[in-house]
Parts: sequence; C-alpha cells; structure tokens
Amino acid sequence: MALAALALATAAGCGSGQSSSGPVTLNWYIFPEFSGAFVKSAAACSQGSNGAYEIKIQTLPNAADGQRQQMVRRLAADDSSLDILGLDVTWTPEFAEAGWITPWPDDVAKRVENDTLRSMVDTATWKGRLYSAPFNTNTQLLWYRKDLVPNPPTTWKQMISMAEDLAKQGKPHYIEIQGAQYEGYTVWFNTLVSSAGGQIVSDDGQRVTLDQSAVQALDTIHELANSTAADPSIGNQMEDQTRLQFEAGRAAFELNYPYVYPSAKADVPDIFKNMAWTVYPTVKEGVPTHVTIGGIDLAVGAFSKHKQQAFDAIQCLRSPQNEIQNAVLGGLPPVLESVYSDPKFQKAYPMWKAIFTTLKQASVRPKTPAYQSVSLQISYTLSPPSSVSAKKLGTLRSRIEDAINSKGLVP
Amino acid sequence: MRLGAVADPAIGTGRPRRALTERNRAERRLAWMLCAPAVAVMALVAIYPIVYAIYLSFQRYDLRFPGDKSWIGIDNYTTILSSTDLWWQAFGVTVLITVVSVAIELALGMAVAIVMHRAIFGRGVIRTSVLVPYGIVTVAAAFSWQYAWTPGTGYLAGLLSSTAAPLTHQWQAIPIIILAEVWKTTPFMALLLLAGLSLVPEELLRAAKVDGATAWQRFWRVMVPVMKPAILVALLFRTLDAFRIFDNIYILTQGSQNTRSVSILDYDQLFTALNLGVGSAMSVLIFLATALIAFGYIKGFGAAAPGQEVNR
Repeated sequence: MALAALALATAAGCGSGQSSSGPVTLNWYIFPEFSGAFVKSAAACSQGSNGAYEIKIQTLPNAADGQRQQMVRRLAADDSSLDILGLDVTWTPEFAEAGWITPWPDDVAKRVENDTLRSMVDTATWKGRLYSAPFNTNTQLLWYRKDLVPNPPTTWKQMISMAEDLAKQGKPHYIEIQGAQYEGYTVWFNTLVSSAGGQIVSDDGQRVTLDQSAVQALDTIHELANSTAADPSIGNQMEDQTRLQFEAGRAAFELNYPYVYPSAKADVPDIFKNMAWTVYPTVKEGVPTHVTIGGIDLAVGAFSKHKQQAFDAIQCLRSPQNEIQNAVLGGLPPVLESVYSDPKFQKAYPMWKAIFTTLKQASVRPKTPAYQSVSLQISYTLSPPSSVSAKKLGTLRSRIEDAINSKGLVP
Repeated sequence: MRLGAVADPAIGTGRPRRALTERNRAERRLAWMLCAPAVAVMALVAIYPIVYAIYLSFQRYDLRFPGDKSWIGIDNYTTILSSTDLWWQAFGVTVLITVVSVAIELALGMAVAIVMHRAIFGRGVIRTSVLVPYGIVTVAAAFSWQYAWTPGTGYLAGLLSSTAAPLTHQWQAIPIIILAEVWKTTPFMALLLLAGLSLVPEELLRAAKVDGATAWQRFWRVMVPVMKPAILVALLFRTLDAFRIFDNIYILTQGSQNTRSVSILDYDQLFTALNLGVGSAMSVLIFLATALIAFGYIKGFGAAAPGQEVNR
C-alpha cells in the first residue's frame, strides 16, 4: 500500500506527460519574476517556434540558495524534466563540472557570444567551453545625496573622509554597504580585490591567488568599519537594509543595485529629489574599479530529452526585443551591448551610462565548482567587518584553499 | 500478549518446549507473516538509508567533483572531529540548547500537568488550549517568532532597545531559540507527565496527608517516585528531539552568528556544499550521539524504574 503510494507520487512528480506529436514541452526553471516579462517572452517564443516547442515556466524559490538546492536535487537524480535552467552567474562551473548541463555547440556558441558583454560570457564559460547563455545582468553603483555631497568621491579614501566630515557636522553621513555574513559581503570583497588589481582564485579555479591587492582590500574594509562613516549595524546589513537606511535619511552614500532608484522614488520623494548616482569608487587612485557582475545565465539540462529545442528557445528568450522587455518591465539590465544604445532602454534606465561603463569593466567572482564553499569561507572569515585587518589574509588563504579542494567543513 | 500467555505455562511447569510446539510454531509463523510487510517497509525506508549513509561516510564523494570519488577510510570523521570552530562549536550550542530547554520544559510541563490534572471546571477546554502551541506547525511558529524579534516588524525587538536586533547576536539569539523551543514543546511534555500523574493513586496522597506530609513532601516523596517512569520517558523523548533541533534555528537565524546546531551544520555540508561524504559522516555522528542519549536514559531508566526492581 505504502509502496504503491510512494511509486505513484514519484511518477506524478517526475512525469512530464509528453505526447508523441505536437510541440514538445520545455520546462524553464527560473527565479520568480513578478512583472510578467518572462511569461510574455515565453509565450511569444512558443508562438514563434511554429509548433516546435511550448515553454512552460517552473518557478523556483525566491532566494538563490533555494533555487540552487532545488535544481541540484533534481539533477543529482538525473531528472529529464529540466530543459532550461536559470543559473546564477556563479553556478556554471559547478553545474558543468558535475555534468548537469550541456555545453553549447560551437556554431551556436559563437552566435551567443557575439554582442554579449564580455564579463557575462566569462561567467558562462568553463574550461574553454560555453555552458550557458547570459540572460540578464546587474551591477552596483554609488548612490549619494547631492545636497550633502556636491562632488561625488572617486576613491574609497575620499568617500570615507567625506563621510567623516559630515559626521563632525552632525549631518547624515553613513556609507551603506553590505557587510552581513552572506553572499553580498563576498561580492563587496571581490569588487575590492579586483579593483586593487588582484583576483581571489586563478582562472582555472585551482589556486588561491590572493596577494598584495587583497591586503589593500582588507585595509579598505578595516578603515571603513572602524570609522564614523560606517553604519553601526554594518555587520547585519544586506541590500535591503542598506536601501532602507538611505531612504530613512541616515546615509550620505550607498553602494547598491539600481533597484534602489525606483524604490526611493516611490517611498521617499524628499530623498529621491537629492538622489544621484555615479560609478563605484576605486581602491587605487587611477586604476579603474572592477565591480562584481551579477545576473542569470540560461543553460540546457544534461538529461533533457529536447536539447535542440531548448537551445533554440534560449536564443529566442534572449533576443534584443525580449532583453528590452525584461529591462523595461522587470528592471533587469540586458546582456546585449547593442541594446544599451536603444532609446527605449535608455528611457527606462536613466542611469544606463554608468551601468554600461561599469559592466564593460566588471569583474567575475571566483570561477570554481566549489564557489559556494569559497564564498561561505570568505564571508565567514571576514565577519564582522570591524574585526577585519591585513592579519586575516593567512587564514583567508588557507580556508579558500580548503574550499576549492572540497576539504574540511563549510561554515 | 497472546504469545506471552502461551509461553508462560511452558516455563512454569517445566515441561519440554516440544509439547506446545505445534500451536506455538503456527502462531509464530502467523506473527512473522503479520509483521513482514512492516519490516519490509522499515528496511526500505530506514535501514537502507542508514546503511547507505554509513557507506558514503567512508568515501570522498562531493557531487561537484564526481571524478574524485574514492574510498578514504575514516578521513571524513577525523576532518569533522578536528574542527573545533565548526563541529565542536555547533555541538556545544546543541548541547546547551538541549539541556536548558529540556530542563525548563520539565519544570513548566510538570506545573501545567498538575494544573490540568487538578482542574475541576472545563477540563476539556484547558487540556485542548494548552496543546495549541504544540499543534502549530513549527516553521509557522518560528516565522512568527522571527518577525516578533526583528526590529521594524516585531513587537518584541523593541522591548530591549529601539535599535536592537537580538537575532543577530549569538548570546541573544540562543535564548530566543530556547524560548521558541520551550513555548512549542512544553505542552507535549505536560501531556506525557499528565499520563504519569494519573498513575498516582489518590489514596496514597490522602494517606500521606493524614501522616502529616506537607504539599512539597507529597509532591517530592510520593508523586515523583511513582511518576518516575513517565518522567524518564518524557525526558528521553524530548532530549532526543531537542538534540536534533533544526527547524527553529533554520528559520530564526539560519545558523548565523554561531547559532548552528549539529543538524544545521550537517545540512550545510550536504545541501549547500553538496559534500555527501563529510555530510554522511556527520549524520552518522549525530546518529551515534542520539543513540548514546537513548542508551544512557534506558540504562538509567532500567536501574531506577520501580516496576523493574522485581525482575532483577
């Protein structure tokens, strides 16, 4: 009885209910997108395929960890119902190494790489092969208050001293940054190391390459966290807490994604009036800043029964029209360079120039199948930010070393 | 029951066992046949995963590096047991939460059980309403605690100070986790103790009262000894449960700020790091720890239970 019920449940869970004729169903596992942009493009692509395929959206959990866990559990069981996978930019090496996603055929790969932002192609490539197609991207800008800061800073040093001056005058002065023990803190650290000219892990993901540039990154965190410029709760701040502090009028600076702009417009018109943006400050004078890139890449599941159709569908989903639609409706910055000169996009994104400049020289987080462990070790070792100093470099190096070799426990 | 009744006369009369064999064997066969489906299902859903976990625990097996799969003996165990900042830290937190929450639950549960036992009016209503927290899904309850202790959304965070975020500090978060556990499972404790209370004969208490025993003496010298088996069973259940605490911590702090229990740490190894080898080894260690707790209680239980003295 129990066995029968179990078998039934398994069958119901995995069956995709394919009929032999008519369009094949392509399951698209993607994060929940609330504007409906994905639903629209999925429908349009299905329509345009002339009966070749029908894209069915399978909504993943909100949080990135939950999305990854759900897909990994299915893939570890060779689930053939995963046709198109929406992967965070840091997951391609892991899924590729584990044999869960299919590399793109060379001719199609060339088409995908053409016109796509270089850093995004980098996130989608593992061991020289393209395993996924960049779908949308994102990056951080420096947001500041025009009324408090007439000339925005270009370096971290300037920004910290400006904030300290404002503090002395008793004005809102915090620099809002993500310092909680989570992925966002790793993003900050990666930006600082890259902007100081370094790299956390070698390109092949085999060696830790933290050097003098990491010392500069650690010094910057130390300097901020131990100054009056830091929010006292820096150790608990994630993207949304930093946004709220800025909207509450307690901050002069905020490093965050562009979503904070429409949010301030809706929530606090008074602050919004004085809200301005510029590119992320540099660590070293004269060396351009390399902000960590974020976003989603689309891959074809290794156990999918409709790979050809899935490759076709992905190319349709990331067409220029759909990329613009995702940007205008859903606020997701496109990965195609040509779209940035489209007036429709520029209108929806007043800060497009700063974003484009940032994206052109963006940095990529460590590329290793063990990225999750590497990131956990970084945010764990550097928490709380006030405890950070150059002395942590040794511990950090050995913990990342263990992580990329999947040795020891993860925090 | 039936088997025992049949077996007893055979021992009592000292007749050779063969005499009852025909019927005995038939009943035995029937018993095995009746048990077989349950045993098969248990083997499938419990024994197989346990054996498989033990097998995995001796391997280097990381889903992210499928090519590196190999037999590595006890390496996973030494890795875990030599990790002071993660494993022993989580172990300490787990033991602390277990000991403190079970102790508080026992004291509160006893009080609630006595109230339920002595209630004259509305017994049904009281017993039902006491059980409400236990009836709420743990995750749902944990979310309401989480909101309550988060500044801005909750009414409790503001009690400490206007900017306090207690769930983000280890020594404030752990008492909150314990509080959530106690709130949730005291009714369960009370229910088990209530069953024990009903074993205490009323005449015994009256006799003690006549002999001049105070209320405290009646409780400590009469009720508690009679209830001992029930108390130990309740403690055993709750200790095993508390040691495996997962859901409350998962929702309240996600194990940040060193509030991880061993189960949370294990979950991270298995589902975030996808390291099946280390994760399985840790599962085996947790299994051994709970087995040790159960063994300790049953040993203590066997020595202390009044009913068992006779059998010695």
